[in-house]
Amino acid sequence: MALHPRAASVPAGTPTKITQGSETRGGIGESTLRPDGTLKVTGEFAYSSDMWHEDMLWGHTLRSTVAHAEIRSIDIGEAVATPGVYAVLTYDDLPAAMKNYGLEIQDTPVLAHGKVRHHGEPVALVAADHPETARRAAAKIRIDYAELPVITDEASATAPDAILIHEGRDDHHIGHVPHPNIVHRQPIVRGDADAAAARADVIVTGDYVFGMQDQAFLGPESGLAVPSEDGGVELYVATQWLHSDLRQIAPVLGLPEDKVRMTLSGVGGAFGGREDLSMQIHACLLALRTGKPVKMVYNRFESFFGHVHRHPAKLHYEHGATRDGKLTHMKCRIVLDGGAYASASPAVVGNASSLAVGPYVVEDVDIEAIALYSNNPPCGAMRGFGAVQACFAYEAQMDKLAAALDMDPVELRQLNAMEQGTLLPTGQPVDSPAPVAELLRRVKARPMPPEQQWLSADAGGSSVDVRALPGGLSNTTHGEGVVRGVGYAVGLKNVGFSEGFDDYSTARVRMEVINGEPVATVHTAMAEVGQGGVTVHAQIARTELGVNQVTIHPADTQVGSAGSTSASRQTYVTGGAVKNSCEAVREQVLETGRRKFGTYHPAWATAELLLEGGKVVTDGGEVLASLADVLEDEAVDVELEWRHRPTEPFDLRTGQGNGHVQYSFAAHRAVVEVDTELGLVKVIELACAQDVGKALNPLSVVGQIQGGTTQGLGVAVMEEIIVDPKTAKVRNPSFTDYLIPTILDTPTIPVDVLELADDHAPYGLRGIGEAPTLSSTPAVLAAIRNATGLELNRTPVRPEHITGT
Amino acid sequence: MRVNFTVNGRKQEADDVWEGESLLYVLRERMGLPGSKNACEQGECGSCTVRLDGVPVCSCLVAAGQAEGREVVTVEGLADYARHRDDAHPGTGCAAGTCGTSLDAAQRWQARPTDGQSAEAAELSPVQQAFIDAGAVQCGFCTPGLLVAADELLETRPSPSDQDIREALSGNLCRCTGYEKILDAVRLAAARQEEAVR
Repeated sequence: MALHPRAASVPAGTPTKITQGSETRGGIGESTLRPDGTLKVTGEFAYSSDMWHEDMLWGHTLRSTVAHAEIRSIDIGEAVATPGVYAVLTYDDLPAAMKNYGLEIQDTPVLAHGKVRHHGEPVALVAADHPETARRAAAKIRIDYAELPVITDEASATAPDAILIHEGRDDHHIGHVPHPNIVHRQPIVRGDADAAAARADVIVTGDYVFGMQDQAFLGPESGLAVPSEDGGVELYVATQWLHSDLRQIAPVLGLPEDKVRMTLSGVGGAFGGREDLSMQIHACLLALRTGKPVKMVYNRFESFFGHVHRHPAKLHYEHGATRDGKLTHMKCRIVLDGGAYASASPAVVGNASSLAVGPYVVEDVDIEAIALYSNNPPCGAMRGFGAVQACFAYEAQMDKLAAALDMDPVELRQLNAMEQGTLLPTGQPVDSPAPVAELLRRVKARPMPPEQQWLSADAGGSSVDVRALPGGLSNTTHGEGVVRGVGYAVGLKNVGFSEGFDDYSTARVRMEVINGEPVATVHTAMAEVGQGGVTVHAQIARTELGVNQVTIHPADTQVGSAGSTSASRQTYVTGGAVKNSCEAVREQVLETGRRKFGTYHPAWATAELLLEGGKVVTDGGEVLASLADVLEDEAVDVELEWRHRPTEPFDLRTGQGNGHVQYSFAAHRAVVEVDTELGLVKVIELACAQDVGKALNPLSVVGQIQGGTTQGLGVAVMEEIIVDPKTAKVRNPSFTDYLIPTILDTPTIPVDVLELADDHAPYGLRGIGEAPTLSSTPAVLAAIRNATGLELNRTPVRPEHITGT
Repeated sequence: MRVNFTVNGRKQEADDVWEGESLLYVLRERMGLPGSKNACEQGECGSCTVRLDGVPVCSCLVAAGQAEGREVVTVEGLADYARHRDDAHPGTGCAAGTCGTSLDAAQRWQARPTDGQSAEAAELSPVQQAFIDAGAVQCGFCTPGLLVAADELLETRPSPSDQDIREALSGNLCRCTGYEKILDAVRLAAARQEEAVR
């Protein structure tokens, strides 16, 4: 085998199109298999970290070792002189007037300028002929920091003498925030919560803390930048939204967008953590400076600094109810810590506030959500996006209220559950099915897992399998001190980008005859991050165009934007765009057919015509022509943008407005066993029921629900980035110290899928990826409370919170 | 330094290897075998799992020099490895005392070359096919390491219980699937394997 069987011009790992045929029809509603499955199980699927180019260099980022400091000087002399080093870049080397980037607010420096605002901020870049050479050279860069006091919470951010994290803000939120260290504030007021509180027989309040969660996608931030002859650059990268990256990269490089050509490489998960840029600009800068291809791959330590995290939050809630359990009012204040840069904080505030009530009917509400600027790590998008933190708190409140009313917690939820037609606190009606009570009924009706499931019967009686107990193979208990608990939760998530965002997608669809068989090619810029969008696109094309063979073109910026693989939106929006473009292709094909064959059969003019099985057929099933005969050597090629119905911004004072597109609902029942002496928790079942509108690919739908559920489990019992409150430094940036669930930590996850169509959406589908991440966490917390009788107002729960030690 | 070892049945040699390079780095960056993955490079996630003289190891924690003269199997060679194992021990289970692949047997097989890009692959090993069929692959970054670990499990324990599967795969992190479909895949591969033996 040749060591490098690769041409110099095209980098190894360049994505190629994937063609998938199908024995069966393989349209929507079937569990067709992933077109990239074979490549992924043979190790041949090229992820962004697998890219390779002849003569490529390795880039490395030097990051700040302190959270808040003025940079007095940077000495790169020794680094530059290191053999094997080709370039060392700092802020002074940036080529264009634009030196910042950002999703909404361009407040993030490409390289630090005079100041660092969080631990791990990029300060300098090195390109060398070996990754270790680059790392060692970077270690020789001497930076003189003058440390500044750190801002780590609301009190320090808004103190009278607080240093402003960003001086001279001119973004469009500065006019309505109470302090320049607050990124955005969204109040939502409806009815009169104070007056309604007077009618309450019972009022419960609570203060809740949600820890900082990491996306922990497994494929590290990575990519390859190749300088091109026209002075531009080719960038192969893992991202969630190519065109959003492009819009931020090109101005900093001083290049027009058409000279930055981006191709999506294999993406090893995302979960929101790839919405913001990481190594994209850095690799391009090094490639353009050295004239050589530059590869950058973060290790896990750097990855913890290389992307934003889920906002940690402090939430104060008050709920009131009449004696019969009807909610009277809800007041809450949600403080999200956005860290040093804005990232997606404004939109997270919009979600947290507008979904703060959850899937319940409450007419009188008083809600406030803010996001802080601080010196903590920047926070932005993660699966569930603001709705997760709120759900954790309002579901704890519902249990507290049920206890105060001496009611069954599921019954209380069902009594107050929203339905189709319910108004959100924003005044927007929920105009599609909202089966909240039914989802709860389904998870509750499930049979319970057997008691003492760690006992396995064998010939000599029964034996203990410690793997099924809290503490597992550490062999800390054989059942002594182990108490079971059961908890329920339900959540409400919006689907798609909200608040008036022009949330469109683009699809190019081509149909032609190859070797006598009609083939459809689907080309979008959609980032396939593992969710299975490529599977679904092929299914849609088969359904709409009646072909078996569908080719998925690699995602790149040669086609219009697909929007982000975020907000549970891609199957809805890019799926909708593919459907729409297929329909246009079908019309053109039929038009061609009418032109060629219309005179031979009256049905061409009079009947409803479909494309099925490679043929033009009437709705009565009569075959009029084969697609091969209709098209011959002609190709039909269409590229169209597609939009869902528009949304509106929320009013800045009242929060009123039709801000959301669609809603997604999931409910969980958690069954846990807690070793009350050691504070160890074993989740033994996490049942979910979710309404998905229409399951385009049932196998993938269940996979999404189980994956989302598990991320919710993680932040319930183990996942938290620990930031030192004195220094704002991250203390656990590794998989040794930041734990995500293993297969031993993850219980069986039975899933019950409802399909109540949303008539506004393509095929009636709902975005599904995020909803299960909401309710999973509070269900587990409720189960632990049920087992222990403890209040447990923070997540994740650690052993010391249970034992009180 | 120069290192020599056998990968998927073929002699490989790499020159100018820095002593600090891991087996994972040499496979990925010097031998054109990027199938083994680099999710943590600190031995916590299992995405780089390979067989070293038959034993599953995190190749990120093995110095390249430690592999000198030894046999490495990566995900790229898994299908051929499984086929060879099947040929070597047709229809026998562990009860016959012929579990696993001997070093001697491992040395006598060779992986077929692939072009590295084509979707038109190749016969897959039972566990590879089961991962596709059961929906156990999403982003796929954990998949190569899980496949190597699961294949080794089924080699030594052809009919594992769920707890056996969980224990054997507990060193392999997956962030997408919630593991349920990975369990399904291993159960499916075990069942198909049993079916084939009958």
